Amino acid sequence: MTPEVRQDLEISNLLETIYKKYGYDFREYSAAHISRRIKNRLILSGISSVAEMERAVIQDKKFAYQVLQDFSITVTEMFRDPGFYLSLRKNIIPLLRTYPFIKVWHAGCSSGEEAYSMAIILHEEGLYERTTIYATDFNQQTLDKARDGIFSNDLMKEYTANYQLAGGKESFSNYYTAHYDHVIMNQHLKKNIVWANHNLVTDSVFAEVHLVLCRNVLIYFERNLQNKVQKLLFDSLINGGILCLGSKEGLRFTDFFEAYWELDKKHRIFKKKY
Amino acid sequence: MTYSAIVIGVSSGGLNALKLLFSMLPAGFSIPVIIVQHLSPRSDGRWINLLNENSKIHVKEADEKEKIQSGTAYVAPPNYHLLIEKTRTLSLSIDERVNYARPSVDVLFESAAEVYQNELIGIVLTGSNSDGAEGLKRIKENGGLTIVQDPADAESAYMPESAIATTKVDYILTLENIIALLIAIDKQMRTVL
Repeated sequence: MTPEVRQDLEISNLLETIYKKYGYDFREYSAAHISRRIKNRLILSGISSVAEMERAVIQDKKFAYQVLQDFSITVTEMFRDPGFYLSLRKNIIPLLRTYPFIKVWHAGCSSGEEAYSMAIILHEEGLYERTTIYATDFNQQTLDKARDGIFSNDLMKEYTANYQLAGGKESFSNYYTAHYDHVIMNQHLKKNIVWANHNLVTDSVFAEVHLVLCRNVLIYFERNLQNKVQKLLFDSLINGGILCLGSKEGLRFTDFFEAYWELDKKHRIFKKKY
Repeated sequence: MTYSAIVIGVSSGGLNALKLLFSMLPAGFSIPVIIVQHLSPRSDGRWINLLNENSKIHVKEADEKEKIQSGTAYVAPPNYHLLIEKTRTLSLSIDERVNYARPSVDVLFESAAEVYQNELIGIVLTGSNSDGAEGLKRIKENGGLTIVQDPADAESAYMPESAIATTKVDYILTLENIIALLIAIDKQMRTVL
């Protein structure tokens, strides 16, 4: 057995173990992503092999949760891809305005930056009061961070630029209070956000919503899993509901390519057919 | 020797270098080329059109889960890392920047080295960042062929110098000679087949 084949086998065993013991299923995640994260963890922890890592995951719950953190995607920013948010504001807000109440599902919200971005846009468009945003992630640690709404002050310059490019109407600093090197998001923005633990891989539909944002999550999944999650998103949307994907994600290789109209090709905004 | 892919890392000065590369690669050049060029996160795809203008092989932005094809060059999209899967498909990720860069050359090189082992050619060209040095080392360790642009020939010498300082590379050549070598390798592969 070559070292590469052995390592692949060990990684597959590790993922099986994590699934059986902790219920988190990474077996259909991108193998290149998982392999990269495992290698980083091996270097950081001084563990010599993936097989040894598997033993540590079994014996040490704290270490196991560290590995879950490694696999989770925690990189995000406010108004990431400002052009997308500009399009949302111009093209999608008028559709949402026709509903008496609005439900938004932010699937894979990580530490919440994009959920706050959405809340800000809805607030500026006068729709926030009749909206509920379900912001979900499987990673409880980042979800707690999202709920706290405390972010590094260093990032605010970049976020302010994004906000302006996204068609922001006010001064971005109106939405947070700075405190030394951190900022805390306004309580008002949190009012209608429901933060909930939900795993796209293993959990099912929990609400019928008007808008789904699931951006830069599916790129980490293999094709089969992408398709499975697309079904979950599809089943969660009302007819005529809006699906927003990451700027490099699409529906072409899923069963749902024909199930949506493409509203904005560049920014990957789709509308579920009636 | 059969090579299944060429990976290229390039930063400042890259547009000119890549323009030259694609103007010289002949029609029928078969080894897929996969490129990380450091870019502004808000860069649009226009620079890819510039590369395509004078290219006889097809240059495109990498799509996630795309199958890597012969006779095609793929470039990482701005603000995404580009990785290679064992199934020889492309993956994108928004993970943290590596060496202040996303896409990062090291991320591409390390995943490519793992997949292609000794069937890989890794090339570091002009740039003012040390990204790519660790990745090229990994390619060398896994038996791949390593090539660096002669720092004296590069618009920015720092990236080639860093790669040379980190790894005992197989070739240090001017860009024109690198291209000539790639053409010769590809031609020989096709003759043998």
